[in-house]
Amino acid sequence: MTLADFGWAIVRIAIMLGFLLSVLPLVIWLERRALAWFQNRVGPNRLGPFGLLQPMADAAKLFFKEEIVPASADRFIWALAPALSLFPALVAAATIPWGPNRLLTPVADVDIGLLYFLAMSSLAAYGVLLAGWSSNNKYSLLGGLRASAQVISYELGMGLALATAVLASGSFRMTTIVDMQAEPLWGVVPFLHNWLIFTPWGLIGGALFFICMLAETNRAPFDLPEAESELVAGYQTEYSSMKFAAFFMGEYIAILAICGIMTTCFLGGYLAPINFSPIQALGEQGGFWGVLATITGALMPPFWFILKLFGLVFMFLWIRATLLRLRYDQLMNLGWRFLIPVGLVNLALLTVYVIWGWIPSLIGYGVAIALYFAVFGSRKPERREVALVSEAQPYRPKEA
Amino acid sequence: MDAVPLNAYLILSAFLFIMGAVGVVIKRNPIVMFMCIELMLNAVNLSFLSFARYQTDLLTQVSGHVFVLFVFGVAAAEVAVGLGIITVMFRLRESIDVDEVTLLRG
Amino acid sequence: MGERILFFILAIVAILSAGGVVFSRNPVRSALLLVLNFFTLALIYFTLSAQFIGALQVIVYAGAIMVLFLFVIMLLNLGSPDAIPQERDLKRPLAYLIGFGILATLVAQSLALLYPGAPQASHEVGTARVIGLALFTQWAYPLLLMGVLLTVGVIGSILLARRRAS
Repeated sequence: MTLADFGWAIVRIAIMLGFLLSVLPLVIWLERRALAWFQNRVGPNRLGPFGLLQPMADAAKLFFKEEIVPASADRFIWALAPALSLFPALVAAATIPWGPNRLLTPVADVDIGLLYFLAMSSLAAYGVLLAGWSSNNKYSLLGGLRASAQVISYELGMGLALATAVLASGSFRMTTIVDMQAEPLWGVVPFLHNWLIFTPWGLIGGALFFICMLAETNRAPFDLPEAESELVAGYQTEYSSMKFAAFFMGEYIAILAICGIMTTCFLGGYLAPINFSPIQALGEQGGFWGVLATITGALMPPFWFILKLFGLVFMFLWIRATLLRLRYDQLMNLGWRFLIPVGLVNLALLTVYVIWGWIPSLIGYGVAIALYFAVFGSRKPERREVALVSEAQPYRPKEA
Repeated sequence: MDAVPLNAYLILSAFLFIMGAVGVVIKRNPIVMFMCIELMLNAVNLSFLSFARYQTDLLTQVSGHVFVLFVFGVAAAEVAVGLGIITVMFRLRESIDVDEVTLLRG
Repeated sequence: MGERILFFILAIVAILSAGGVVFSRNPVRSALLLVLNFFTLALIYFTLSAQFIGALQVIVYAGAIMVLFLFVIMLLNLGSPDAIPQERDLKRPLAYLIGFGILATLVAQSLALLYPGAPQASHEVGTARVIGLALFTQWAYPLLLMGVLLTVGVIGSILLARRRAS
């Protein structure tokens, strides 16, 4: 590896880390404002124009808070857990190509790009688990166990959804996956790209991946482990000041990284919505088409990537503002007994496409959907008896 | 750049294997014993992969990697069942000292 | 030269963390040191051109199996250090002695190996494509048996961990 390669690697790492860490306050601000507008209120708008300095104020507040250290079982593990939560989130985005320039984009263009992301996201279970255990506290332990059980359960669904992208493009390498989506739509339609989400397996895989994304990052409606009304603050209870800030940051950076993966695998990555390649081909002759080709080529692929990324982040916030929180057993039921079979059937039908072509696979999809509604269509939603805590008394006003 | 000689990988693999074996004999907590078994399996994986790197034809090279995949699968299944056994053992007798589990009857 | 330095550093970390696993008295620390060991081994696999296996090592071992270990330790509250003093005194020295003897034999044997100095395999061997081809053609029957084994393992662990309604 020459010095020039090393230098470009440093530049790539700096760009990726700089992007993640500077977009983070924007995402925090967006969450508070967008959630507020959804709930018909205004949200923070005092600090700076439109309240844009609010995350800075939050960071300053967290920095100056007193750090309370519990008299806990293991100080080293207690201090290690926030770092273990932050580190995989930061490095998980290393193989995402956000533009076509191969000197600048993926930090590491490796043959196993997607597997690298799966590896880093499986390390995310440790921070939560160790935080919950080392706080020496019933609520934290329960919160940590629940959160990490949720994370590892939905990893399977995530893997099956990503297997769709791998099988459709024939490689684990992220740049190959994006190149597969750069072809004309379905092979024939000239002005649209073949984004994976426009194919039946990609649509189901994308929806599956989106649900698993919400569960992996502990976002609503899967945020039972960290909901304030449930287990105090779950595994984050005993953390204050900068360690809490580390958990907070880790969660949002994980959201950015995982939305980046969904953008790359299912939404075409840095590709523009309109396929400009006929114009590029015509543009080689110069003249009017040449000018048009330079204009459309210069419409900066990173812009499209960031647009799609923020579209997905906005959908995260939208769903948080809209859907109800799932109870823990409903959550696990959904992950194991619905999403994994759907992922497996989707993968099997994609295999039908790869071997026999698109007509047998469409027939297969029709048969599968018809079978599903025939077998499960008439079932009512399960009503489970949930035992109420017997010591809790409803409030009774004093009879005077 | 000089490559690392095969002997270095094998010596590392031997170290890890012996440490795992000694751990299985010494430790009384069955979970730590299990962890030492996993250490032994990983040492064996390392020696498989380092031998595979030094083969001459493709078929034997790939066989090393494929065998490591099978070791992964076996280790995963064994851990699942073994930890289930430990859970049952703990539920039945409230202590997990391996030296006390001497009767077949549980 | 750089490769040798990298291997040396990784080997030291691997040996120290393995020593920590065996000689630590706190099971949670043993588990975390084992995670560090697996991660280091994954990095060593990457230097051996086994990219696919290295990534799978992190996903399967460090990301799933060790999480399972930590779950069991935390659910059964086995995280306290060994409080019971050792009764038998012959086990430890004998284990060390025999272990050292076997290690010396293995090291002597591996030092006496005559292998060609340079690695023969290309970097293509470790990719998913080559391994997948071999796995589904030459090793297809063992793959199916592995599937059966894993299914049996899943069913077995669910049956074992189920609470009997008594």
